[in-house]
Amino acid sequence: MCLAIPGRIVEFAAEPSFAVVDVTGVRRKVNVDLLRPDGLAVDDWVLIHVGFAMSRISAEQAEEQLRLLTMLGEATLAAEEVEGYQFE
Amino acid sequence: MKYVDEFRDPQLIRRTADEIRRLMEPGRHYRFMEVCGGHTHAIYRFGLEDLLPDSIELVHGPGCPVCVLPMGRVDDGLALAVEHGAIVTAFGDMMRVPGRRGSPLEHIARGADIRMVYSPLDALKLACDNPDRQVVFFAIGFETTAPSTALTLRRARSLGVPNLTVFSNHVTIIPAIRAILDSPDMRIDGFIGPGHVSTVIGCRPYEFVARDYGRPIVVSGFEPLDVLQGIVMILRQLREGRAEVENQYARVVPWEGNLPALQAMAETFELRPYFEWRGLGFISQSALGVSAAYADFDAERRFELPGVRVTDPKAAQCGEVLKGVLKPHRCKLFGRECTPEHPVGALMVSSEGACAAYYNFAHRRARLEEDAAPAPAAAAG
Repeated sequence: MCLAIPGRIVEFAAEPSFAVVDVTGVRRKVNVDLLRPDGLAVDDWVLIHVGFAMSRISAEQAEEQLRLLTMLGEATLAAEEVEGYQFE
Repeated sequence: MKYVDEFRDPQLIRRTADEIRRLMEPGRHYRFMEVCGGHTHAIYRFGLEDLLPDSIELVHGPGCPVCVLPMGRVDDGLALAVEHGAIVTAFGDMMRVPGRRGSPLEHIARGADIRMVYSPLDALKLACDNPDRQVVFFAIGFETTAPSTALTLRRARSLGVPNLTVFSNHVTIIPAIRAILDSPDMRIDGFIGPGHVSTVIGCRPYEFVARDYGRPIVVSGFEPLDVLQGIVMILRQLREGRAEVENQYARVVPWEGNLPALQAMAETFELRPYFEWRGLGFISQSALGVSAAYADFDAERRFELPGVRVTDPKAAQCGEVLKGVLKPHRCKLFGRECTPEHPVGALMVSSEGACAAYYNFAHRRARLEEDAAPAPAAAAG
């Protein structure tokens, strides 16, 4: 729960609070209200916690984070989490 | 050092481990606390203690949300489903945490409507889809997850959802660190500060650790190299007689934190006068209740809860382990009555709990047994 999931923004939803992210091929909507003041753009990478983008990171950091999750044996769990978001 | 080759830059890892040895004062024993459960998990998964000299002891901190939740609160959450007939939603971490009459999973087997969600927004959706039912989000977590509950509360209000409430068990990390520093049986030389909590609260709130208690604290990332570099930065401060807040994880953690997150929390939550932590006891102003402005969304205001304090099973020594006084495998139940499959205490439930981390990386247990014998004092170099 405390390890964040890296995702790439692929598009913005009609509602400004949400964006569609790609996490290892899984696409889901996440809430981006915490980062909106930063002026997010498509292809930006973010760290996601329980359905919310919490920090903006570089592509390199995203790759690092994914590697870390894989090494911790949590990459599958991360994909499951993102796949499990039920809200739209 | 069998894991070193698995790291991204084994040479850099080795150099950092050497740097740690170089910075240590001969004959000195160091106790560093990693505050965050994510760090505990990473430390055991990567066998980082193998890279450290014996005279550096890592003490596992309170930063595992399900581990510090007292059993009475679990029972209160379960009562919302059992006695009030609500749909209770909770993160997966909660599902196997034992209450007095069993875990949420066991209550589901007995017919309680408890559902696992991955986001508080899922609880909101469930409330919208089930207008004739009460839906409660059993919220747990430090400042990493509190903003997501806060934004969900805001959204529930703006959408006018009348049947969603939050049973808030959110806790704040700063009072816990202070309680540890004030505790007479805990001597900590420096802190590895939490990574993701700090993306929200920033680094400034830790200043009292350095200023009032003279201890270094270094906010660190979760990669093996991050943790080792965090330790280097702590040792360097000790060596130079400094005590400061430093940020090893600046690539993710802004010094000022996340302002929109802090604003949402300030609006939707208020500090409770006190809250009970498993192992640490009652800590004043250490937890977040739903604010008066959001009273309509507060499960504790809407429903009557048992609110009974439940003492942990006597044989389980969760409290001592949580305070770092006892190593997990020294608990009488460790690996026997208490395993990740059948946890007696919460520290065995979450992958971030010290006991589960010890248990899951059982290959290290043999070495831990050896460590139980007092380490020779002068091992540096």
